[in-house]
Amino acid sequence: MFETQLVMHEEDFQKILVVIQRLVRDANSKGIFVVDKNGQLISEAGELEGIDSTSLASLTAGCIAATGGLAKIVGEEEFPIHFHQGQRDNLHITLVGSRIILVVVFDERSSLGLVRLRVKKAGAELARIFEDIEQKAKLEAASGSSPFAEITDDDIDNLFSD
Amino acid sequence: MSFINYSSREINCKIVFYGPGLCGKTTNLQHIYAKTNPDLKGKMISLATETERTLFFDFLPLALGQIRGFKTRFHLYTVPGQVFYDASRKLILKGVDGVVFVADSQIERMEANIESLENLQINLKEQGYELDKVPYVIQYNKRDLPNAASLDEMRRVLNPMRAPDFEACATVGKGVFETLKAVAKGVLTDLKKMGR
Ligand SMILES: Nc1nc2c(ncn2[C@@H]2O[C@H](COP(=O)(O)OP(=O)(O)OP(=O)(O)O)[C@@H](O)[C@H]2O)c(=O)[nH]1
Ligand SMILES: [Mg+2]
Repeated sequence: MFETQLVMHEEDFQKILVVIQRLVRDANSKGIFVVDKNGQLISEAGELEGIDSTSLASLTAGCIAATGGLAKIVGEEEFPIHFHQGQRDNLHITLVGSRIILVVVFDERSSLGLVRLRVKKAGAELARIFEDIEQKAKLEAASGSSPFAEITDDDIDNLFSD
Repeated sequence: MSFINYSSREINCKIVFYGPGLCGKTTNLQHIYAKTNPDLKGKMISLATETERTLFFDFLPLALGQIRGFKTRFHLYTVPGQVFYDASRKLILKGVDGVVFVADSQIERMEANIESLENLQINLKEQGYELDKVPYVIQYNKRDLPNAASLDEMRRVLNPMRAPDFEACATVGKGVFETLKAVAKGVLTDLKKMGR
């Protein structure tokens, strides 16, 4: 019915974390967020105190969706790289594969050039990991193995019995 | 499209509140936000005009509890109802797991309800979804107003498929959580089906 849903297993989660933790260091950045295009936060790394990552994920997805719409209007497929410059902190946003968004928050300790360079490599690695995840999800969907096959109507009702 | 995370043992689902301009979509989210325990909700984001009309979306993340050791999280979105924001509505519908159609009960708004419902069907179809396959509930809002159409009439016109439906007065919260529960239940039941 829908596109295959995103299913994340521990081992894939760890792989993603390794890539973005390295990216935090290599790019001298403050924080990294991996978000799916529907606005769900997938992973984060760095010094993130005070950042509301759920809101960040939803707004990033909204921003990418809106600029993607703009791209189509002017005849582009997509604008794959976005850069927002602030007084103190900057945001570098890139598309990874077809459904993932990589957000880098950085300040004057880094530079746009460095971030861009490091994101290129990390982005490619993430793209491969997510291709892998998608393949696995398709297989799992086909074989019908989901923890939710087991849930009962009672489980669902219990959730709502205040 | 839901997101199942085995690592954090979470499941995330996206619910969209659809309906004509001023029918009360934002008011639904505001009520849910106001009445939910702070531990269970995140910040509510409203991208709105100066006059409080939704410009892009409202967003409210909500935790509902656990099922089989998985935390269930729902991301609630509203669309902008005004006709000319159609491009934004299409974007927000992407990856939706469940839809609430909020209708305005005022007789004068019946035409707008019908138009918005047709618009919902068209926009879902563009993404390859069919309304009768997506978990879907209808809310007849503004039942408190004297110019409200009868329930029978609303049902006849807006709910030929007999989706779960609810009467509401979102400004005082009547019917709001009933609607939310019904759609959340629909989404989870759908997940269960997908697993088998
Ligand atoms: N009488 C009455 N007024 C309501 C009810 N629900 C919402 N309203 C009012 O209707 C107006 C519009 O409500 P919103 O929630 O902003 O409408 P919306 O659907 O988000 O509108 P858009 O953002 O333009 O799509 C506000 O003044 C609300 O207070 C209701 O049940 N009864
Ligand atoms: Mg609104």
